Amino acid sequence: MTTPPKILLQVENLVKYFPVHANINFFQRKTSLVHAVDGISFNLFKGETLGLVGESGCGKSTVGRTILQLYRPTSGSVIFDGIDLVNLPPARLRKFRRRMQMIFQDPCASLNSRMTVGEIISDPLVVNNEVKTHKEIEARVAGLLELVKLNPAFVNRYPHEFSGGQLQRIGIARALALHPELIVCDEPISALDVSIQAQIVNLLLALQKQLNLSYLFISHDLSMVRHICDRVAVMYLGMIVEIAEKNDFYHNPLHPYTQALLSAVNIPDPFLEEKRKRTILKGEIPSPIDPPSGCRFHTRCPIAQLQCSESVPEFRELHPGHYVACFLATL
Amino acid sequence: MENVLLEVQGLETQFITPNGTVHAINGVSFGITKGESIGLVGESGCGKSVTMLSILGLVPTPPGKITAGTALFEGQDLLKMNEAQLQKIRGGQIGFIFQDPMTSFNPVLTIGRQITETIEVHLGLTSDLARKRAAELLDMVGIPKAKDRLNDYPHQFSGGMRQRAMIAMALACKPQILIADEPTTALDVTIQAQIIELVKNLRNDLGMTIIWITHDLGVIANLARRVIVMYGGYFIEEAPVKELFRNPQHPYTLGLLGSLPRLDSDQHKQLVSIEGAPPVLLEKPEFCPFAKRCNYANEVCHIANPVLEEITPDHRVACWVKPKFRNVQS
Repeated sequence: MTTPPKILLQVENLVKYFPVHANINFFQRKTSLVHAVDGISFNLFKGETLGLVGESGCGKSTVGRTILQLYRPTSGSVIFDGIDLVNLPPARLRKFRRRMQMIFQDPCASLNSRMTVGEIISDPLVVNNEVKTHKEIEARVAGLLELVKLNPAFVNRYPHEFSGGQLQRIGIARALALHPELIVCDEPISALDVSIQAQIVNLLLALQKQLNLSYLFISHDLSMVRHICDRVAVMYLGMIVEIAEKNDFYHNPLHPYTQALLSAVNIPDPFLEEKRKRTILKGEIPSPIDPPSGCRFHTRCPIAQLQCSESVPEFRELHPGHYVACFLATL
Repeated sequence: MENVLLEVQGLETQFITPNGTVHAINGVSFGITKGESIGLVGESGCGKSVTMLSILGLVPTPPGKITAGTALFEGQDLLKMNEAQLQKIRGGQIGFIFQDPMTSFNPVLTIGRQITETIEVHLGLTSDLARKRAAELLDMVGIPKAKDRLNDYPHQFSGGMRQRAMIAMALACKPQILIADEPTTALDVTIQAQIIELVKNLRNDLGMTIIWITHDLGVIANLARRVIVMYGGYFIEEAPVKELFRNPQHPYTLGLLGSLPRLDSDQHKQLVSIEGAPPVLLEKPEFCPFAKRCNYANEVCHIANPVLEEITPDHRVACWVKPKFRNVQS
């Protein structure tokens, strides 16, 4: 890279706890906290795709939603284009919302079944006073449908008339309506059939090129992340344990959790599978209500030592752009 | 063929719905020999689960209806058996692991009770012995403190543990065939790796015959020895696993393999996408079910349905267009 890329989004020490309530004698009491996101920091550059991977319950979706201020963070800052969104009053925040959009996992559940495709896609335009006349709306919606490779004649149909892949295209058209700069893709393909996944991924990549979008791509599919992302961050129990450039990440994973994750992925090649040695993790991801002390991974880590349970490893840069939170990681 | 454990011929299943008859499977045939592991691959709605459910009489009737075919298991036709006879086989000689470990257990009975019930019914053990056996099984599938966990209810188990318990239950009577219907789809990768390792060990140690239904070709590459690819209610390709991945013949199989990104590849080439969507099975297609999405389709493909033909020993394909005549039209 010749010129340093522009930072679009800066997340610093982001924390989000959710209270757990219990009903004791009719009084709602806050009994404990789910440590969904516990102090994570990263940058997202303009025009890049950052993959955020991890197992279910590790907090990756919460990160996405907290960045968009759909959840207000417990602490930390989310700096978008130089402005910290966390303390912005709602009226000023609204100006930023249109610049950040989201694509959801379940295309069926994220579209209102009583609205036509035209209404769904034009809703953001109408809400933001982008369009004045019916003619304008029609033209914009038709343009968006063509952008996502759907037939503009579909405007008056309802979501139930479409297949999963087509619904996801509608969701993408809605997200693109306001010309956003950042799109948080929350597992956008995991609910789709294999042959359809490739269609949607190809579409997302083409749109990124065409519109210079930045993606935060939340996924648990490490093969797909390798295909579409520029950098990858791995989360475990609310913390980022490793972040690196894609090739660095896949060739030289440094955190034992990343290594185990990569080794657990099945490669569609029986010749290779025969020879592969796997590290299979014992046990399951602990509860985020009462996360383990020290390094949160020490309970399942194959190389954990005493210090790992006693103190929290620093998130350190071992190699330019390659950060890892592990005492024992070496290049 | 010797040692054929299960032989299915010309199986056809339909569902009568208010919108018309859904032709879920349209005459599929296969045999499975002892100790073999078969992978049944296809997208949702292609009929892979219905094939197995039909064989075991688990298709709800109505709306489902098995309209043709035989399924010989140890010389007896499973499709002609009555409920009582089938119950002896299901959970006894043929074990079944369902996709969703959350909903396949009865939430108001303990895990222990649900496993011991199978053992008592099929093996006729006393409840004490059955409990002992159930604890052994849970221990075998890697559940810590198995004896205490017998008293737990399903909600006290995590997803991965529930799937392990499901496997323990399926194995309770030492079945000859284990049918696994997408058993790892709902699980995280690290847990999925644990379960696959477990099943592989069971296969190697107990010599069990396994039919693994999935849409994940990665899992198939890891686990199966022979693969059947399904599309629109038909078998379209069948081959030993290495042959299928090295030398895929059907355009759909080619497309599926091309649409997968590889974890071990730096190449950033565009994924092959199969345009269009899987067929709605409201009409029994008189022509190739894949023709509408196929890049190689010619006139014949829209007129008549190809049958599975052997192209090399053990490798069968249902496609009119032979590879050397394929010109991509795009």
